[in-house]
Amino acid sequence: MTKLDAKIPEGPLSDKWRKYRSTVDLVAPNNKRKLEIIVVGTGLAGASAAATLAELGYKVKAFTFHDSPRRAHSIAAQGGINAAKNYQNDGDSVFRLFYDTIKGGDYRSREANVHRLAEVSTNIIDQCVAQGVPFAREYGGTLANRSFGGVQVSRTFYARGQTGQQLLIGAYQALSRQISLGNVKMYNRHEMLDLVKVDGKARGIIARNLVTGELERHAAHCVVLGTGGYGNVYYLSTNAMNSNVTAAWRAVRRGALMANPCFCQIHPTCIPVSGSYQSKLTLMSESLRNDGRVWVPKSKEDVKAIRDGSKKPTDIPEEDRDYYLERKYPAFGNLVPRDVASRAAKEVCDEGRGVNKSGLAVFLDFSDAVVRYGKAEANANGLDPNDTALVKKLGTKVIEGKYGNLFEIYEKIKGDDPYKTPMMIYPAIHYTMGGLWVDYNLETTVPGLFAIGEANFSDHGANRLGASALMQGLADGYFVLPYTIGSFLSKEIKTPSISTDLDEFAQTESEVRERLTGLLKVQGDKSVESFHRELGLILWNYCGMSRNAEGLKKGRELLQKLKKEYYENVFIPGTMEEYNPELEKATRVADFFELGEMMMVDALHRNESCGGHFREEYQTEDGEAMRDDENYTYVSTWEWKSDGEIAEHREPLVFENVELKTRSYK
Amino acid sequence: MKLKLKIWRQKNQNSKGGFSNYTVEANPDMSFLEMLDVLNQQLIENKEEPVAFEHDCREGICGTCSMVINGQPHGPMGLTTTCQLHMRHYKDGDTIVIEPFRANSFPVIKDLVVDRASFDRIIEAGGFISVNTGQAPDGNTIPIEQDQAKKSFDAAACIGCGACVAACPNSSAMLFASAKVAHLGYLPQGQVEEGKRVKRMVAQMDKEGFGNCSNTYACEAECPKGISVANIAKMNRAYFSAVVSTDEE
Repeated sequence: MTKLDAKIPEGPLSDKWRKYRSTVDLVAPNNKRKLEIIVVGTGLAGASAAATLAELGYKVKAFTFHDSPRRAHSIAAQGGINAAKNYQNDGDSVFRLFYDTIKGGDYRSREANVHRLAEVSTNIIDQCVAQGVPFAREYGGTLANRSFGGVQVSRTFYARGQTGQQLLIGAYQALSRQISLGNVKMYNRHEMLDLVKVDGKARGIIARNLVTGELERHAAHCVVLGTGGYGNVYYLSTNAMNSNVTAAWRAVRRGALMANPCFCQIHPTCIPVSGSYQSKLTLMSESLRNDGRVWVPKSKEDVKAIRDGSKKPTDIPEEDRDYYLERKYPAFGNLVPRDVASRAAKEVCDEGRGVNKSGLAVFLDFSDAVVRYGKAEANANGLDPNDTALVKKLGTKVIEGKYGNLFEIYEKIKGDDPYKTPMMIYPAIHYTMGGLWVDYNLETTVPGLFAIGEANFSDHGANRLGASALMQGLADGYFVLPYTIGSFLSKEIKTPSISTDLDEFAQTESEVRERLTGLLKVQGDKSVESFHRELGLILWNYCGMSRNAEGLKKGRELLQKLKKEYYENVFIPGTMEEYNPELEKATRVADFFELGEMMMVDALHRNESCGGHFREEYQTEDGEAMRDDENYTYVSTWEWKSDGEIAEHREPLVFENVELKTRSYK
Repeated sequence: MKLKLKIWRQKNQNSKGGFSNYTVEANPDMSFLEMLDVLNQQLIENKEEPVAFEHDCREGICGTCSMVINGQPHGPMGLTTTCQLHMRHYKDGDTIVIEPFRANSFPVIKDLVVDRASFDRIIEAGGFISVNTGQAPDGNTIPIEQDQAKKSFDAAACIGCGACVAACPNSSAMLFASAKVAHLGYLPQGQVEEGKRVKRMVAQMDKEGFGNCSNTYACEAECPKGISVANIAKMNRAYFSAVVSTDEE
């Protein structure tokens, strides 16, 4: 076990980044033109990084497996993006955003990185406004804000329920501009299948052209991964169908380390599973908890009546409803952080009070908000606030203005009108806090290999706060990596262009080819999809919302067994030399197997409950998470050894500016 | 429910395609794409080649899914992408014809998968504001009237799926391009380079082989995000004013 050095700059917390920027080695413009950078993934982090690096003068090659950078899953983020602007004059500050993020992450993230994130958060909003992102506005034309879970200020900027879309389009447009200027060479429909190392440094990738099936070699002075998270290891998640871990996992297989892989975020407000054919889960933005109240019936009789349809949710009188979040967490109520809200939902469902046929759903109810807003509107317009029908009509309009598109999404999927009946929701895998271990420079343990956005582990600890993913992706891409990459590239100015004729490229390419032909040759009986479903279920059952040692051991065994079967019995139609989506899925699922095992190992080793990682053995009497700061205040990072052994390394976390406290939202 | 499917199969861009018939057992709660998943699972179990179709987010925002269902891009429901369409809108015994988006500028890659890179090139031609990272003033120094922000947002909601092109008798990309021109043109920070933007984007559209506006409004009718043809009028106005008022290029 080695102790990892995060290379955190010396000095007081609030000076670190400023000082770093003034002292980090720079690359002169004439040298930037000679240095090539590969950026893999063109979501928020990748596109913003590729565009900014190209603006600076570097030669950038960007890769995405999508048909266009605009399809990246960042596009689906709904609620918003945080920034410590304090436009609402409600006491927000860089320190408060830093503190909320550290606390929200249950004290398992790195102070220096999180503070830097909070510092650059304000630049992001300015940059996006300048790019033409149509954020919500107040009547006076200034930027509007809303609240999100786990905080007591209003610092979330938003563009209806489509903030991710608008921010991604902004980054995509910046990237498109650099493509048209010839500063970025864009490779659409190319999937990275391996990392090429030369003399220990990341110098290129092997990518498969997904249209022709050809394997291609691409070289550069360094490689940046902005390839997103690995939530799809669970099969059912709010991730897009094609989101995968392969690029990051291949980096792990080449010596990068995976940090905190068991820290997965389960989002409390998703549309529940409806059948065995289900392919993905749909998120209902956390912003809904600003106005929606979460409840289940108090009595099992009412639960039964709702399940068999003899009672409608609106038939249950107020006094027979259990607004369990408001009851258990009076200080934050429905706006407790995601991990807390998810576990509470699981708890009431485990008690047998789930409200759909499968018993795995709770209500999210807007009827009170409709009345509240309706009365306010009536008063504001000199109308009768006691006219129930009018109030309902006015209130519905306000809700529609705030969440219209989310209500539409719900209605399309469920066929129910959430303006009339409460939504049914249940937690689902949404985001992965874990990821490639990076130091303060966002560099992995492989020199010249950087990881940004959800692909790295750096800022969210054991639980991510709402509206912080967009912030981190763009912070890394626009404002952090363009500086920190100089720490590596300033030493490479004498390195000529890397040739793809090097043996290392030939060797890596042939290994990729073997992997693909090996999978194609199996010609078994089961589809990739069916294996993926089974894999996901094992992860969900044994390494999901709550975990225990026995289950994790059993889960790992089941995984290993299934993995063995995969290589004996998977069936992939078609060939390598053509457009073949089944083959694409097959390599991704193969990597998910190994990652899944690492997640189980990590979860088993962490004998505490923190954030998204809830170990049943470590809880208080009233079922709250019990952290063990004495023994586990560190980042657990894992190495995949050539013999398949998983070895541990650690980065101790030092808290100099915040006091470790039990996270309480009561 | 049992459904008959008539699906366009085409090995690759250069081969000749044709319809193949399938039957599939579906359930009303399934999404349309989940129904196709079931079909593909069936095909794979029989060691046949599954139907290639593109999809990703499956929640109507990424714009990846692209198919014509019984003659309509994204199927029969208004303001709905294929991935958001659910089988409860069909009944037992229905026949469903599924084709790729058809347009010369969207060549078929395989089966239902088409190449829409021409859309990227239209954006690259000018669908952006020329501002480098770090150059921005404070966000609140540019106040934007709520209504302007709303109009801009409505146009910016375009998901770049290409249904407008597939619906248009001329395979025109006017709705797509105009949505970008309007998104940026409604904002003060986007107005600075509007003339240049609109001229370049229109030129690129022509170069890609998209047709002229057919004035049928089929694009608006089929757009899953309800992008209005009023944007086309705005783009035309911007285009004419750019052509008569500037002499660059």
